[in-house]
Amino acid sequence: MYEYDDYDHALVHERVAQFRDQVQRRLSGELSEEEFLPLRLQNGLYMQKHAYMLRVAIPYGTLSAEQLRCLAAIAREYDRDYGHFTTRQNIQFNWIELEQVPDILARLAEVQMHAIQTSGNCVRNITTEAFAGVAADELLDPRPLAEILRQWSTVNPEFLFLPRKFKIALCSAIEDRAAIQMHDIGLYLYQGDAGQMLLRVMVGGGLGRTPILSQQIRDGLPWQHVLSYVEAILRVYNRHGRRDNKYKARIKILVKALGIEAFAAEVEREWQHLKDGPAELTDTEYQRVASAFVPPAYESLPVVDLEYGSHLAQHLGFERWVQRNVKAHKVPGYASVVLSTKPGAALPPGDVTSAQMEAVADWAERFGFGEIRIAHEQNIVLPDVRKRDLFALWQAACEQGLGTANIGLLSDIIACPGGDYCSLANAKSIPIAQGIQAHFDDLDYLHDIGELSLNISGCMNACGHHHIGNIGILGVDKNGSEWYQITLGGAQGQHAALGKVIGPSFAAEQVPQVIERIVQTFTDYREHQERFVDTVQRIGLEPFKERVYRTQEVA
Amino acid sequence: MNKLIRLVDGLPVIESADPTLAIVPLAQWQAGEGLLLGPDDDVESLQPLLADVAMIAIDFPSFRDGRGYSQAYLLRRRLGWQGELRAVGDVLRDQLSHMRQCGFDSFAVRADKSVEDAVKGLAGVSVLYGRSAIEPRPLFRRR
Repeated sequence: MYEYDDYDHALVHERVAQFRDQVQRRLSGELSEEEFLPLRLQNGLYMQKHAYMLRVAIPYGTLSAEQLRCLAAIAREYDRDYGHFTTRQNIQFNWIELEQVPDILARLAEVQMHAIQTSGNCVRNITTEAFAGVAADELLDPRPLAEILRQWSTVNPEFLFLPRKFKIALCSAIEDRAAIQMHDIGLYLYQGDAGQMLLRVMVGGGLGRTPILSQQIRDGLPWQHVLSYVEAILRVYNRHGRRDNKYKARIKILVKALGIEAFAAEVEREWQHLKDGPAELTDTEYQRVASAFVPPAYESLPVVDLEYGSHLAQHLGFERWVQRNVKAHKVPGYASVVLSTKPGAALPPGDVTSAQMEAVADWAERFGFGEIRIAHEQNIVLPDVRKRDLFALWQAACEQGLGTANIGLLSDIIACPGGDYCSLANAKSIPIAQGIQAHFDDLDYLHDIGELSLNISGCMNACGHHHIGNIGILGVDKNGSEWYQITLGGAQGQHAALGKVIGPSFAAEQVPQVIERIVQTFTDYREHQERFVDTVQRIGLEPFKERVYRTQEVA
Repeated sequence: MNKLIRLVDGLPVIESADPTLAIVPLAQWQAGEGLLLGPDDDVESLQPLLADVAMIAIDFPSFRDGRGYSQAYLLRRRLGWQGELRAVGDVLRDQLSHMRQCGFDSFAVRADKSVEDAVKGLAGVSVLYGRSAIEPRPLFRRR
């Protein structure tokens, strides 16, 4: 993991002092709420329905055991004993007092963490996939460039008041698990014929009110130019992006208005001034950062572990968990484990208690190298577990309520906090997730249905990424009451697609039955072991619509 | 009218603005006057005029409108503007350090705010990872 040096330490500590002063000035009335708003947002502090919410950055989803323990302590001492992992690999605390925020930030700074730019119209947390550095299908390690971009974008004075928020994601595996096509800038890192690191640059993706997948602006960009090229894109966007309407202010609208060719030409013109200048990355800097991500001291293990094999044969529950929650690792004898934060109707997706966080930190040390990842699906990943330890980990995870064998299944619901917390929401998300989870609580049935992503957003801002869920649910407001619109066929990854609306929306209590009908249609039409999304693509929406609306009362 | 903060050899000085200097928008500007730029003005087309410009003021209609930062950067780094570059409009304490980094060297703080108080905002944080108009080398070249 990247370790802070004196510069990094100085920055987060000075930033805490700066924010402490700003909070003081807000409390004394010297700063108006309007003036304070962007300052607090750039420190991750939102005002929600009931209290302040603090969003803490987890750079590219990577945490140490010590950092996770600090998050657990913050949840216990300043919140209601739990935190919420988000779809951008961060963590949110929902019940925060403004007066305490500087102290919380000081605690975070002690463990090399911060909340800088987790909100606001600036470059947000740089994301990559949760299996970076360990995935069996990885091309190159995306983390050094993610860290370099994190540093470059942090308090970059020219780009703190962009037209709108700006999200950058990086991926370097055969399967795109970082969903780069739905980001303002998506960077796909790969190796050229001569072994050099190259980037495919995608621009103008985003969900929200106008969901658009990004388009390629440049291919074969040598890695040394990543900062100057991103700077060129940001300068063009900062100057020309719309500021008259917040719903038309994302870079995707600018790219669409100009057309990708004209936008690319504008970026190219700007970049000609920057390339080969001081922003060009050096080998020294790359090596400095990359040295923080060298592989840990893996043991030389046999590919087949007999004890592991016999546990698999004896315990159906374990076998199932391995099938869904254990992912291939590039080192023989090791695996990556996904701990599900979606045990079912009892708890909101992504919510994790202090005790659970502490348990995960212990497992990371006991079974791995002290590292934890947060996936954008809101689950927790232990990247390096010996196969022979999987059984013990599974037992411990089950005891803590983190052992549900449902990764990638219908009950592994991705949901934003919704109307229970969020002041932007049109409708609640959590009760919808719980209703579906209560209906689909039979693990056998879920495993039979197979891979199926279900995403719920409580409003158009699409924090639950409903557009790219195989089944997407969007909360809408109709004359003051909450309704839910359903989309089908969304997908993330290399075959990313935006879901299509099936028809009129439903009341909350109808949703589980609607999902049941969609699933029944799928199982009727499914060929062999076809995945849900493939069936939808093959047969189209009609059979689903026909079944769902057959006798359904709709408003 | 509020006083100005000016950077003299990098250090802030509070002084009164010169009342005789006209600062006018591009459309009305004449040689010898100060030039007032709005966020929509294209700074790259100003090159032929710069020799006759007394000073440049960039307007921030709202402190949340960040176009002035890029305009300042371009004036300093690409057009080589060496004269006074003043931030005017919704200019507040907590943005002054960013403005300074982007090349502004004078600040007309919003009239209802204390200039003496706003000066405290110039320092900002000491670490700049990326680069700026006044420090074109990113931290990795200085680290």
